[in-house]
Amino acid sequence: MARIGVFVCWCGSNIAGTVDVKRVAEEAAKIPGVVEAIDYKYMCSDPGQNAFRNMIKDKNLTGVVLAACSPHMHENTFRKAAIKEGLNPYFVEIANIREQVSWVHEDKEKATEKAIDLLKMMVEKVKRNKPIEDVRVPLTKKALVIGGGISGIQAALDIANGGVEVILVEKEPSIGGKMIQLDETFPTLDCSSCIMTPKMVEAYQHPNIKLYTYSELEDVSGYIGNFNVKIRKKARSIVEKDCTGCGDCWNACPMHKNVKSEFNVNLSERTAIYVPFPQAVPLIPVIDRSVCLHYKKGGKCQKCYDACGPKCINFDLQDEIIEEKVGAIVAATGYDLMENSLYGEYGYGQFKDVVSGLQFERLLSASGPTEGVIKRPSDGKTPETIVFIQCVGSRDPEKGVPYCSKVCCMYTAKHAKLFAHKVHGSQSYVFYIDIRATSKGYEEFVRSTMENDGAIYLRGRVSKIYENGGKLIVKGADTLSGNQVEIAADMVVLATGVIPKKGSDKMAQMLGISYDKYGFYTESHPKLRPAESSTAGIYLAGMAQGPRDIPESVVSGSAAASKILGLFSKSEYEVEGTIASVNKTTCVGCFYCQRVCAYSAISKEEVKDRSGNVLKVVANVNSGLCTGCGACVNACFSKSIDVRGFMDEQIFAEIKSLAV
Amino acid sequence: MKLAYYPGCSLKGTSFEYEVSLLKVLEALNIEIQEIPDWNCCGASAAHNLNHNLSVALPARNLAIAENSGFEEVLAPCAACSSRLKTAKYEMAGDDILKKRITDSLEMPYNNSLNISNMLEFLLNIAGKEKIKSLVKKPLSGLKVASYYGCLLVRPPKVMQFDDAEKPVSMDELVALTDAVPVDYSYKTECCGAINSLSKPDVVMALTGKILYDMKEHGADLVVVACPLCHSNLDVRQREIERKYAEKIGLPVLFITELLGLSFGFSPKELAIDGHMVNADKVLEKIL
Repeated sequence: MARIGVFVCWCGSNIAGTVDVKRVAEEAAKIPGVVEAIDYKYMCSDPGQNAFRNMIKDKNLTGVVLAACSPHMHENTFRKAAIKEGLNPYFVEIANIREQVSWVHEDKEKATEKAIDLLKMMVEKVKRNKPIEDVRVPLTKKALVIGGGISGIQAALDIANGGVEVILVEKEPSIGGKMIQLDETFPTLDCSSCIMTPKMVEAYQHPNIKLYTYSELEDVSGYIGNFNVKIRKKARSIVEKDCTGCGDCWNACPMHKNVKSEFNVNLSERTAIYVPFPQAVPLIPVIDRSVCLHYKKGGKCQKCYDACGPKCINFDLQDEIIEEKVGAIVAATGYDLMENSLYGEYGYGQFKDVVSGLQFERLLSASGPTEGVIKRPSDGKTPETIVFIQCVGSRDPEKGVPYCSKVCCMYTAKHAKLFAHKVHGSQSYVFYIDIRATSKGYEEFVRSTMENDGAIYLRGRVSKIYENGGKLIVKGADTLSGNQVEIAADMVVLATGVIPKKGSDKMAQMLGISYDKYGFYTESHPKLRPAESSTAGIYLAGMAQGPRDIPESVVSGSAAASKILGLFSKSEYEVEGTIASVNKTTCVGCFYCQRVCAYSAISKEEVKDRSGNVLKVVANVNSGLCTGCGACVNACFSKSIDVRGFMDEQIFAEIKSLAV
Repeated sequence: MKLAYYPGCSLKGTSFEYEVSLLKVLEALNIEIQEIPDWNCCGASAAHNLNHNLSVALPARNLAIAENSGFEEVLAPCAACSSRLKTAKYEMAGDDILKKRITDSLEMPYNNSLNISNMLEFLLNIAGKEKIKSLVKKPLSGLKVASYYGCLLVRPPKVMQFDDAEKPVSMDELVALTDAVPVDYSYKTECCGAINSLSKPDVVMALTGKILYDMKEHGADLVVVACPLCHSNLDVRQREIERKYAEKIGLPVLFITELLGLSFGFSPKELAIDGHMVNADKVLEKIL
């Protein structure tokens, strides 16, 4: 026999102002099975909670219903209180009479009626509740970080410093990501490689970090706490443990000046055996088999092998597949820039002196192709006039993307500033739509570029660039003065928009996380859970989520790390017990549920007889992945799935209570 | 395939040379076209600034008549006409309510099924490069020809679906078929000032002047266009521009069909080239 206690909360005047709480309590007391119903000013206060606990104890309650605020607010508070009195926490139900009644209605009479109805429903439900135990999932306390840029490195270091083993996987031959390609960083102008290389080395040498460079994720399966990952370690053709990074091999390579350097964004050339840049971590070369003469000409060339002292070059090395088991994953796969060629009016990537922002970084950088002396690519002359164009592709729904790439206003101001510092007497022009300089010290930085470094800012867009007599004629609008302007420039720098790393959609599909229409990974909640993906156990960091600058990328890396350390601080991962369960007797194995499950939580399970013959294949819910969303319940044709705590019987009882 | 011809007002008036030459060229190519019966104004210049319904209904009526007469393809040689016809088709294809409203007002059935071509598209797709090349009897070797596209042939790209909006090449390809040399210059798609020619001639002279001087600077002997309004600005205003900037230009401006006609062996007179303001005799002496 059910013994239900009812509490009606005033929430000060929040509820009591619009709902006749006394009447609600009186009506509740009349419902069969309710042993006592009281109203109280603040149920969530200590005295309120004590009254709650005392009634459970004194009246020997089998269930409790609170008519109060949203369960999102205090369900946990009262579940915990129930546990202390020995009542299964899933026998506490809340009728939301604040957000769903008092805050949204004015007529007190009608609002009171509605509150009584909602309460009745919950009483009928709680009578049919069954004890539910939370699910516990074992945890493999090891993390995988995908992407060795600044956010991935930060995440890896923070996790490793927390005493947890980390596997860091990077696709390129060196870690460092985009940040290591930058020259100086806004707004403090510290040199990017000076602040980045120590972190790279720290990650490389950290006893808790296992680094796989020139490696790609091949497959991911499993769920929170228990992921199985396969990593393809591409063959470098180098026996890594013997290599000293001396450089004899790449100096001997005859394929010098034949391949465009990815690191220098096509502004210089590299050899077939190469390290992407001198500070590469690890400082171990890789043979680019698509251009190496040894592979292309049937093994004739082996000049690098001949030059190598420790003889650590092995042309026959094969890709290796490494299998690891991890408990959590950070996706920090980074970003790409749009191609210049998207914009025909800016020369289609044909005018050599129209370069991207990242290319200009390389021209500024001391480790770049010009050793930090700004020279234009066409003839190597130092430019005296540079036009910078912001929002190339960003904020352009017609040809590019509608969103703001966020970093371009700042790096363009930095480019103009560094240009003024390096080429005295030079002049820069910046075409912009708006200046977005919102972080600490940013606005001041842009101001000083305008005021101290003489950059001329023109609000408007550039319509066309022509080449004429060795100059680039930039035609644009200055919308503040209302004039058409034409500038004869030596160079043009395009602030091309930020887009997700190529293949990020494939990566998201492999990981089973959601991504937006551009390919950026989507957060579990855009404000309150910015480090979590839609899938438990997979966390996000860096530009893979959307445009952000270095400080924000670092913060997001640390946030992902702290979430993982928090997860790993417990011995097991606890999942709320309100998840789907399958009636294996009635399940016909159509697996329609599997198709609708957004969390890949449904797998196939064989039902066998005693001698091991498969009788049928039925759906099985992975409790580590299920979120209890209920999509499978709706999809099931044979009514074989229910979400615990929301069984058909309970829902129908709620509805029936309204009909009487 | 039955091919409809929508001349529009210019080809029957100020740009009669365009019609004369295109009929000659198509005859030589053995392509039969038929004028759409009872055609009306395409609404260019004015209608789309004043009344959206009217701007769609005017071209739609022409298309509906053509469709109901059993045509599958419409040639609209004037760039403004082809732009209006294509825009009407595009807008109705993406908006069923608009299509119903317009069709109701036309009081005749209409499926929005016709393909619309501008002159360049028509020549390249319907006639084809090989056939044009095969008819070149008098190669225009050595003649340097600047192709001017203007705005409407290629823009807006998602409506026109033709060539590259920023770097079009179709007219240059046709020029190359005649053995003339296509001139690469910077202002191929820059605005000529269009209809401002009547209201703000100063603006037009500044814009058109830039285009003409740039062509000249890049060594052009001759200009070809596929738009009556472009032609009128480049040709009729040229003398005034020379006076204003005190620098001779002297670039004859021909329609692309006139250039093709010359290479097919027609005389300038047969192609009505003598109808233009800038005299082409001297330039054509070189090749004829």
